Amino acid sequence: MKRTLFEKIWDAHVVAEEAGRPAVLYVDLHLVHEVTSPQAFAGLAARGLEVHRADRTVATMDHSIPTNGLPIVDDAARTQLRTLAENCSKHGITLYDADSPHRGIVHVIGPELGYTQPGMTIVCGDSHTSTHGAFGALAFGIGTSEVEHVLASQCLLQNKPKTLEVRFVGALPEGASAKDLVLAMIAELGVGGATGHVIEYTGAAIRALDMESRMTVCNMSIEAGARAGMIAPDAETFGWLEGRAHAPQGAAWTAAVERWRELRTDVGARFDRTVVIDASQISPMITFGTNPGMGIPITAPVPSPDEADPGDRAALAKALLYMGLSPGEPLLGRRIDVVFIGSCTNARLSDMRAAASVMRGKQVAPGVRVLVVPGSQHVKRAAEEEGLDRVFRDAGAEWREPGCSMCIAMNGDMLQPGQYAVSTSNRNFEGRQGPGGRTFLASPQTAAASAITGRVTDVRTLLGGLP
Amino acid sequence: MSTPFTTLRSRTVVLHADDVDTDQIIPARFLKGTQKTGLGEHLFADWRTRPGFPLVQPGAAGAKILVTGINFGCGSSREHAPWALVDWGFRAVVARSFADIFKENATKNGLLPVALPEAACVRLELALQANPALELTIDLAIERVSLPDGSWFAFSIDPYAKHCLTSGLDELGYILSFADRIKAHEQR
Repeated sequence: MKRTLFEKIWDAHVVAEEAGRPAVLYVDLHLVHEVTSPQAFAGLAARGLEVHRADRTVATMDHSIPTNGLPIVDDAARTQLRTLAENCSKHGITLYDADSPHRGIVHVIGPELGYTQPGMTIVCGDSHTSTHGAFGALAFGIGTSEVEHVLASQCLLQNKPKTLEVRFVGALPEGASAKDLVLAMIAELGVGGATGHVIEYTGAAIRALDMESRMTVCNMSIEAGARAGMIAPDAETFGWLEGRAHAPQGAAWTAAVERWRELRTDVGARFDRTVVIDASQISPMITFGTNPGMGIPITAPVPSPDEADPGDRAALAKALLYMGLSPGEPLLGRRIDVVFIGSCTNARLSDMRAAASVMRGKQVAPGVRVLVVPGSQHVKRAAEEEGLDRVFRDAGAEWREPGCSMCIAMNGDMLQPGQYAVSTSNRNFEGRQGPGGRTFLASPQTAAASAITGRVTDVRTLLGGLP
Repeated sequence: MSTPFTTLRSRTVVLHADDVDTDQIIPARFLKGTQKTGLGEHLFADWRTRPGFPLVQPGAAGAKILVTGINFGCGSSREHAPWALVDWGFRAVVARSFADIFKENATKNGLLPVALPEAACVRLELALQANPALELTIDLAIERVSLPDGSWFAFSIDPYAKHCLTSGLDELGYILSFADRIKAHEQR
């Protein structure tokens, strides 16, 4: 029986499966944060249940924590963070709290600390849990009821999703990044295009990506509606993981790598669907609308509702109205107010390096606010050791403490109504970065280039390259 | 344990929009609480202030059924979205399709997701346009949405989700009934 990577991991984690019932699926790693867990812990307490496997549960503070280094001023957020601390303490769960040198965005620290490993099932009350699929894990977001189920049993009920292979043939051109690749894919599939499916990313362009880029791609799987996104592990994966704090060590490491090598789709295994995308045709991308599927090459004009599919016209017109854009106008050169470099999509060391390489020796345009928010304390320290913080500060950007920050605008970092931002985050939904705020999603390179000019900018022209 | 879902007869609120994301259903700034309750007052907080928004029209009060477009509930996994819908008073959402996590979260909170084909939704919307006070009847047992004139549309729902909705039971008891097998799995 030829099996896909997904099927191998799924099969190895089914604890029980009765006719007419979803499978009882075992969870190897449960990641927890402050926003989606309090009601789950309360539910557990109401039933008089304990956490079944505290040793498979890891918590951090990321969504509502301030990134300005100052004490938290929001009473509700403070209560929520305290509640998480109390719940973790009560149940013996490891928590990377505000003072921890390992704290960071849940999807940054999981891999960074070596908790995330190939072949695992990983869940979190957060849709961007798909990030961890970059390691060849089956990782997906769940609701708070399911957080409670996993806390109580280390299992959840799941109907088996379908499989979708997204095969990137060709090589990603110079000047285009993993963010551009995934934005191009979402533009092609649409925001609901992968609903009900787990994506496996395959092809030469995926194999050529480093681990942090693979995380960026898998992170945004949910933006196409996918349940999860995954990439078969290889030497790149093993090299990135080796020696990390919670990864296997010594003989256990050698044995683990032997097992992990089997984690790939068998030749001849069938996917429910396959989509082929030519990576060589991908150029820097940017979103113009109010969902991540509304993306275009940065050099393209804003699409016209008149030329769209009839079913898409109303949504497109509504999006342009919200964004204050006209059909046919270029995005290039459009004035912006804020640049946000951060989030679980693009706040790893390589993202910091990419942004710094564009901003080095330059100045942020007058009147533009630039926030650079590293994904974790580890990323922050590593960036500082390389002097990247100086690059950002000298340019006039804010170098901040780790957290979700302006991606979700829960912690006070937010756009003002009407402001335009180029953001390296994952969602351009109406008001996502602050009520009335308007978001252009793009890569760290594009964000950094736009910070320098104060306008939507093609990094290739700023660096004197192609058009 | 939520209230068992049997048959629902109610007026509707029609929201003509596709890809309604959970950031619109309940914006993130309202996610700082530690309770499931009280979110209804923030349902569609940023859309409510717009002129003509259907949720704040006089006829919307008391409606238990939301009728909407494609891919409802996409984006964030926040269960606050169904909590807010239920707290406002909705017991069912009729849509062309649903995002996966939203659908899972909805059924766990006694909120019935009814996916109907485009043609059926258009016919419903036309009937509701002609008479906004029209009441729809949703019969979960036979998986039908019907209009007062007797016309109806079939929908289908995952059998286990249906079981949980009609019994008001949640999944945890079922999962925990496999405690021995969970232990055995852990010892493999």
